[in-house]
Amino acid sequence: MAAATTLRLNGVEVGVTADVSTPLLYVLTDELQLLGPRFGCGLAQCGSCSVLVDGVETRSCVTPLSAVAGKQITTLEGLPMLYAQSKGLQSPPAYTPLQQALIDTQAIQCGYCSNGLQIKATELLMLNANPSEQEIRTAMNGHLCRCGTYPKILEAIQLAASTIRGEA
Amino acid sequence: MSNFTLNRRDLLKAGGALVVTFPLLPRGTTAQTQMREPQPGPPAADQIDSWIAIHSDNTATVYIGFAELGQGASTALLQVAAEELDLGMDQIRTVGLDTHLTPNQGGTYSSQAMRRGGPQVQRAAAEARQALLALAATQLQIPLASLRVENGIVSGSGDDNVFTTYGELIGDRRFNLAFTGTAPVKDPSSYKLVTKPLPRNDIPPKANGTYQFMQHQRLPGMLHGRIVRPRGQGAYKDGIQVVSIDESSIAGIGDARVLRQGNFVGVVATREWDAVRAAQQLNLTWNQPESLPGNADLFVRMEQSPPDDRVAREEGDLSVISAAAVTTGFTGYGPYQAHVPFAPNCALADVQTDTALVLCSTQDVYGTRGKLAALLGLQPPQVRVQYVEGAGTFGHSCWDDCAQAAALLSQLAGAPVRLQFMRWDEHGWDTYGPAHLGKVKASATADGKLLTYEYEGWQHHWSFVETTEQTSKGTPAAEWPAMAAQQINPLVLGGQYRIPNIKLLNHHVPGVDYLKGAWLRSPLDLALTFVSEQAIDDLAFQLGIDPYQFRLQNIADDRWQGVLDGAARAAQWQPKQAAQNLSSDEVVTGRGIGLGTHLASWGGAVAELEVNKRTGVVRILHLYGAIDAGRVVNPSNVENQIISQLIQTASRMLHEEVAFNTTNVTSLDWQSYPILRFMEAPQVTAVIVQHIEQEPLGAGEEVMAAAAAAIANAFFDATGKRMTAFPFTPARVLTALM
Repeated sequence: MAAATTLRLNGVEVGVTADVSTPLLYVLTDELQLLGPRFGCGLAQCGSCSVLVDGVETRSCVTPLSAVAGKQITTLEGLPMLYAQSKGLQSPPAYTPLQQALIDTQAIQCGYCSNGLQIKATELLMLNANPSEQEIRTAMNGHLCRCGTYPKILEAIQLAASTIRGEA
Repeated sequence: MSNFTLNRRDLLKAGGALVVTFPLLPRGTTAQTQMREPQPGPPAADQIDSWIAIHSDNTATVYIGFAELGQGASTALLQVAAEELDLGMDQIRTVGLDTHLTPNQGGTYSSQAMRRGGPQVQRAAAEARQALLALAATQLQIPLASLRVENGIVSGSGDDNVFTTYGELIGDRRFNLAFTGTAPVKDPSSYKLVTKPLPRNDIPPKANGTYQFMQHQRLPGMLHGRIVRPRGQGAYKDGIQVVSIDESSIAGIGDARVLRQGNFVGVVATREWDAVRAAQQLNLTWNQPESLPGNADLFVRMEQSPPDDRVAREEGDLSVISAAAVTTGFTGYGPYQAHVPFAPNCALADVQTDTALVLCSTQDVYGTRGKLAALLGLQPPQVRVQYVEGAGTFGHSCWDDCAQAAALLSQLAGAPVRLQFMRWDEHGWDTYGPAHLGKVKASATADGKLLTYEYEGWQHHWSFVETTEQTSKGTPAAEWPAMAAQQINPLVLGGQYRIPNIKLLNHHVPGVDYLKGAWLRSPLDLALTFVSEQAIDDLAFQLGIDPYQFRLQNIADDRWQGVLDGAARAAQWQPKQAAQNLSSDEVVTGRGIGLGTHLASWGGAVAELEVNKRTGVVRILHLYGAIDAGRVVNPSNVENQIISQLIQTASRMLHEEVAFNTTNVTSLDWQSYPILRFMEAPQVTAVIVQHIEQEPLGAGEEVMAAAAAAIANAFFDATGKRMTAFPFTPARVLTALM
């Protein structure tokens, strides 16, 4: 049955009316019209739909709405704000260090997987701003890219980590 | 001599600052903001106005008939246009492909964007500039020959206060000029933008999540649709055979309802989750004939097909093989492989009585329009098709089928419908890259010269009729007529070398008896060089010659030598006979080299890998890929294309194989059809062999065949055994090592 649920999304409380068994992904893309989380497999296999739930990378395509009520949800749209908070900045930057690194290394091709890659890499860099190559590869292994950008994504994450460390 | 541009990060150091707005369809609307009024296309190719519009603010819109697929075509083609127009990159933009706006340059495939599209855009821009300068000469009273242009500002009197701009000369008015193609183009030595690694205009919005993909498009009042099909296709000729549908099985799932025409079944609902659930819960029974050979009997059945043969190349006399010092014979197998874009295809359709609007991720808006018109009972000009980028497709994935299904659902529902294919729809109903069986026999003389070469290849063509049309209208399955990319490719079957006696024989297999097929990035080539380049390698081995050296002494021409040397130098290749360091270690390493391309350009590659002889796991350590694509307009883009090809080739050689039994495909997701993961990604080195003086050729698929061959040859170097089939799964590897 459709019911009213309040979500804490990117720092703002928003109300949605949907069946509480609805996967969070469809609420974010259809009810709230977000562009970040996006459908890829619906099976939690690819990482396209990932969001941060209380800082933990979560596959929104298999996470029912009922499971996230009251939790902090951060999507791609909220990453600049999250970064500003973590660094005590006055306002969110236009691009996070990771986004700027993706631009500087020209790492993105079709870019559809970029949402999930950024969510996962953000989770990693919040925990460890100086990850080894192996730690990056391990963290990112559950996120697929069909265009074959893994080497450039690796380079971008390393570049972003150095930027973040430099700003610390 | 060739100019080698090795992969260097400082190529990209200029990146990041230049942001050109890439116009996108506004969410929830299809209104276009540029001055041209949409009307059924294609716009006349022989009019300058069909290609270029100059605006009052001294900017230009270039109408391009090629799709941005994440390969950077939109940026590179704008570089070409801006170069000829003497505009800055921040003064020029393009619009999305649209049958009501953009010219018909054919589909964005076969790496044609720069090869065919580049010269058209270049000449149109040059001719527009010529017309603008004539106007300026009159207005400024300065002789034409004295005029100069910078950033669309025309001057030439020596007085800085005397100038005009393109915007003043013609801003937002039409040229009304025939496009003759006769205006002189710039000398490559004067290029300011072309050949520069400019940053791609689509990356910043893709990075910050403001880019709107096909999957983000919405229309007011639309329903969400899903198709309902068996999980995994059967034989193409069998289509789908519905036995019964129990519509009551979805009662209570919101307002979800079943739509059906013939054997085409779909559901629509106001809420997307309702449509998803209804499609999964709908109780149907299908008739699924046991028509397929299954993976086990695939190649036996292909080889036993009734003869439908064509000689692709024949020169000299193969009987001289009796004089050869060494001979080799090799049979190899390439699997069906899937496109499977990271996001399944999506389409949005609004079909009315006498018009239709369809948004989809087609690589060919005009081709898709024709098929849609036929399906809907409309004339092509009544159908408007707009391209919106989805996830990278790498050939003919399900975009035509998805567009047709969305349109049919909209027609049946009487409302706009957004259709998102589910993962199993895309995996299970793809038009796969066809399987290939190849047999090669080759020989060489004692002094290391190739003497004879004979190749026979079996495969079917591409599917012409989409499943939606087949199931809804009963149109019989049919293949495309023979075309180059559907058959064995002389360029990669011995074409890399001087071989006096050669015969290539193509065996066409009747495709309707097998899985659906279509072009997948570098169609057939990976399988062709997997077979052929292993034979070349074996001759070198038997002669005791280093495989690079053997190729060099038989090389066909300078262009092939350029990529052979490019890859070898990047890899710091040290000559030695292959498989001379075999060890009893559990993990052994090897390196291999290969040459190949698609239908143009030249590719060379070196692979370094390790094989775990206990587990059968192959790990590719480093791939070096060199491409000569003539003039490379944007080296940064091509570097990315090479990296992408190398990673995808690793994926296709190690993991990718469509599994099917006698009734249907069973590769339905990323677990049953695994691709390369982050942990496994090898190091990559991209080498661009730049020829500024040459016309641009394709660079999006021309090093994969070389890389596939290099991987196969590296396996031999490591183990002394030859793989006869790919992907190199642990089971296959362990069998080969026995």
